[in-house]
Amino acid sequence: MSLILGGGEVAIDEKTLDAILNEYPAKVKRNRKKHIIIRDSAVEHQEIEANTRTIPGIMTNRGCAFAGCKGVVLGPLKDMVHIVHGPIGCAYYSWLTRRNKAKSEDPTQNFLHYCVSTDMQESDIVFGGEKKLARMIDEVVEILGPKAITISATCPVGLIGDDIQQVAKEARKKHGVNITAYNCEGYKGVSQSAGHHIANNGLMENIIGEGDMEDPPIRYTINILGEYNIGGDSWEVERVLKEIGYQVQAVMTGNGSYEDLKNAHVAQLNLVQCHRSINYIASMLETKYGTPWLKVNFIGIKATIESLRNMALYFGDEELINKTEEVITRELEEIEPLLEPYRKICAGKTTFCFVGGSRGHHYQGLYGELGISTVLAGYEFAHRDDYEGREVIPNIKPDADSKNIPDLHVSPDESRYRLKIPQERMEELKTKIPLSYYSGMNVTMAEGSIIVDDLNHYETEEFIKILKPDIFSSGIKDKYIPHKMGIPCKQLHNYDYSGPYAGFRGSVNFARDICMSFTTPAWNFMVPPWKDKPLLEGTVAQCNGAACTVNQAR
Amino acid sequence: MLDCTPKEIKARSGGVINPAKTCQPIGAMYAALGIHSCMPHSHGSQGCCSYHRMHLTRHFRDPVVATTSSFTEGASVFGGVSNLKTSIKNVFEVYNPDVMAVHTTCLSETIGDDLPSIIKSTEIPEGKLVIHANTPSYQGSHITGFSNMTKGMVNYLSTATTEVKKEQVNIIPGFVNPGDMREIKRMMQLMGIKYIMFPDTSGVVDSPITGQYTMFGRGGTRVEDIRDTGNSKLTLALGGYASGDPAIQLERKCKVPAVAIKTPLGVKATDEFLLALRQAFAAEVPYELEEERGQLVDIMVDTHYHFHGKKVAIFGDPDILIALTEFVLSLGMQPLYVLTGTPAGTIGGPVGTFEKEVKSMLEQAGVDGKVKAAGDLFELHQWIKNGPVDLLMGNTYGKYIARAEDIPFVRVGFPILDRSVQPYLPIVGYKGAMRLLEMISNALLDRADRDAADEDFELVM
Repeated sequence: MSLILGGGEVAIDEKTLDAILNEYPAKVKRNRKKHIIIRDSAVEHQEIEANTRTIPGIMTNRGCAFAGCKGVVLGPLKDMVHIVHGPIGCAYYSWLTRRNKAKSEDPTQNFLHYCVSTDMQESDIVFGGEKKLARMIDEVVEILGPKAITISATCPVGLIGDDIQQVAKEARKKHGVNITAYNCEGYKGVSQSAGHHIANNGLMENIIGEGDMEDPPIRYTINILGEYNIGGDSWEVERVLKEIGYQVQAVMTGNGSYEDLKNAHVAQLNLVQCHRSINYIASMLETKYGTPWLKVNFIGIKATIESLRNMALYFGDEELINKTEEVITRELEEIEPLLEPYRKICAGKTTFCFVGGSRGHHYQGLYGELGISTVLAGYEFAHRDDYEGREVIPNIKPDADSKNIPDLHVSPDESRYRLKIPQERMEELKTKIPLSYYSGMNVTMAEGSIIVDDLNHYETEEFIKILKPDIFSSGIKDKYIPHKMGIPCKQLHNYDYSGPYAGFRGSVNFARDICMSFTTPAWNFMVPPWKDKPLLEGTVAQCNGAACTVNQAR
Repeated sequence: MLDCTPKEIKARSGGVINPAKTCQPIGAMYAALGIHSCMPHSHGSQGCCSYHRMHLTRHFRDPVVATTSSFTEGASVFGGVSNLKTSIKNVFEVYNPDVMAVHTTCLSETIGDDLPSIIKSTEIPEGKLVIHANTPSYQGSHITGFSNMTKGMVNYLSTATTEVKKEQVNIIPGFVNPGDMREIKRMMQLMGIKYIMFPDTSGVVDSPITGQYTMFGRGGTRVEDIRDTGNSKLTLALGGYASGDPAIQLERKCKVPAVAIKTPLGVKATDEFLLALRQAFAAEVPYELEEERGQLVDIMVDTHYHFHGKKVAIFGDPDILIALTEFVLSLGMQPLYVLTGTPAGTIGGPVGTFEKEVKSMLEQAGVDGKVKAAGDLFELHQWIKNGPVDLLMGNTYGKYIARAEDIPFVRVGFPILDRSVQPYLPIVGYKGAMRLLEMISNALLDRADRDAADEDFELVM
């Protein structure tokens, strides 16, 4: 099996892969082998192991359930105060470090710049921290005055047995404010993924549907799920949607708000951008309110166009379909000339695409449109369905590490459940567009490319040596390692403080940024000029009848 | 910006809003990086380790490696013994450091994992070392974590082997940048005194780009040198909070006298540093350093009207703040607010003297200022709302207050996440003081230029 790339052929075969894995202790090798596959479409279904515990000491890129819950899903909700119950670190590190942008009409109800922590001390560990937490809630209500508060648990909270659910319940009664608690202790599950699930359950149970709206403001009312507005992504997507004629009720959760979220039940369609983090809510909204969800991808031009067309087809309205095409044409006219020079720079290059739980897939299309092929991709914490497609869900066996993450079961809402489109039409649409379906990353990857789950530092170095990508895409912990090797790097979590990268205009920003990385003159200075010149010019002299080299000292 | 912060101050006791500290393990990770060929290891669930690596990476813009025990719920209930044993095996086989330096988190501390006995009962490859420090996140701050890991180095490594102490000095630099460590070493070379600095992150987190990546850079204090600290004549602990404890531990263990002095930042503290060395080793201060000092004082005199009488608010880590307060006072400035998140004194450590030290400096200078340990930036902001300042100095998080209140801002301390270069250049020594002075002057003069009416806009200032 080999992968054909631009100028030549780069091979990675089972033997090379085995050589990499042979450096591991036997037990580690057996484990890691199941998390790596070489893409081969001749095999009917390539199975990968995912969402299993991290190997201790392997230097994973993964984070914890707290990061997945508070950091990812809850944190972006701007008009809520997010209290972190724990020692100071967890709150501190999730303070403004993820670029989920938000703007408020009422700046006194935007709390994103605040970091609120019970700052547990030794005495709280010994005697319990419930009273301190209750005091913190009182103070937040009195001083900051939010409409809603979340409480996120950290590692020690579960161990010492603080009942944060009860504290939240009592505070809710006392203050008349929506106060919810999330048991997202860092050790739950095996990665950020557990935290997504815990946050999804809480939002669905306590917030979504709390609002009193009964009907959507317009027919084309939608929610965008699993979109965190990193670098302004969701604003760029919303700009285009608005021009076509859609109204976005709620974004979960980038620039999201408690006010919008509680009426999310009125949407006629839910778009799912990040499948991993929000598919729980998407499914539950379908069960409870009858709202179907559509897998979309607004990263990359083709994917954006396809997503817009699928949405139009769902609503099936002639006028909407025409307007969609009109906007697509206009947007393409604007960006195509801008992309041309960048495509010349990118042509024939290769990349790695290793990101959390969704972008490892989504960015491959955008790279491809610029002429860059993805030779390795993977996720930190995705599940098998994100790799292999949702059809494998019934075959996924929960293991000991994640079966203690509770599943929330919802049933159809007695008054609000509505079929948004007739059943027959739904079935017909399902054959054409990904309604309540996601095909996963694997099927879209090129022959011979590598798929790696929970890529670690050792494998990163080894795969870079063998595959020599022209640009490496991952996160901040990895970024400076390829740099030292002379390889440009694009952070696909925080966009290197740039963006938006989504939608039509986002693709131009992305192309501009990676071309900057390719062409910055700094790379030319990496090797000092004296390194490739001998210290002294020398000649070969005869000595004692044998040839010997002189004056080659460096 | 920060529109929810009211001017009216109400007493709070439920925790902190906008902290001016973070938790212990990141300090321990940073200290461990200051050992040559060392892998820091976080014994807890993996989120901590990722967060700490990310944060250090963002500050230094350089790779920061560390491994973790990756606790699951099972380990959290029944203990992380096998997680640590597996980690030790895997780390040495896959990454092959010379040393593994293990620290803990609130998780393994709450469970009560007994690290010494786990390490003792684990097979460690020939010639390799595993050391540890307990770093519970619910005590002290990242500075405490730095101190604890440095103390761990003393506990495991420092040994007194010679009968007569060697003519050499141990220097514990405290939680400062590699640029500062390089500057301290440069001063030592000029003084001509043999020294062992530990930990030393220069050459580790300020590594050059070469086209090759090597996991363990050239830098870091060598294990044999840390062992040899037990044979030194003296330990200089620069900054009592970060360095005092390990120096005292070294005195207890190896009878090396410990002297705690300020982080050598500003004229007076740098003078004290050189005087301490001069006295202990009967070494004259060389002309080069005297020249640098004279240049610094020359600039202070030349430009005193840039900053004299200006009100300043400073926040950050206690050791740096104590010296920085002294420095801005020596410039004729008025430090109205001095605030650290690090609590005064930690369990098992010396009683912190931050508030007392800073208050007495302010009193001596006749400045009526507020000083607080274990404070937060929410309160600092409220103080500023009630009594404005001309300049704010602190880490990156200060930029929100600076913008909200439109105050000139000088970035100093840890972390600085939104500007580059700073870890490479010192703020310590006479050279560092010059740099700080330039930063302060520039911030104030840029503001004067920005605010001046056309007719008051000056060419020469």
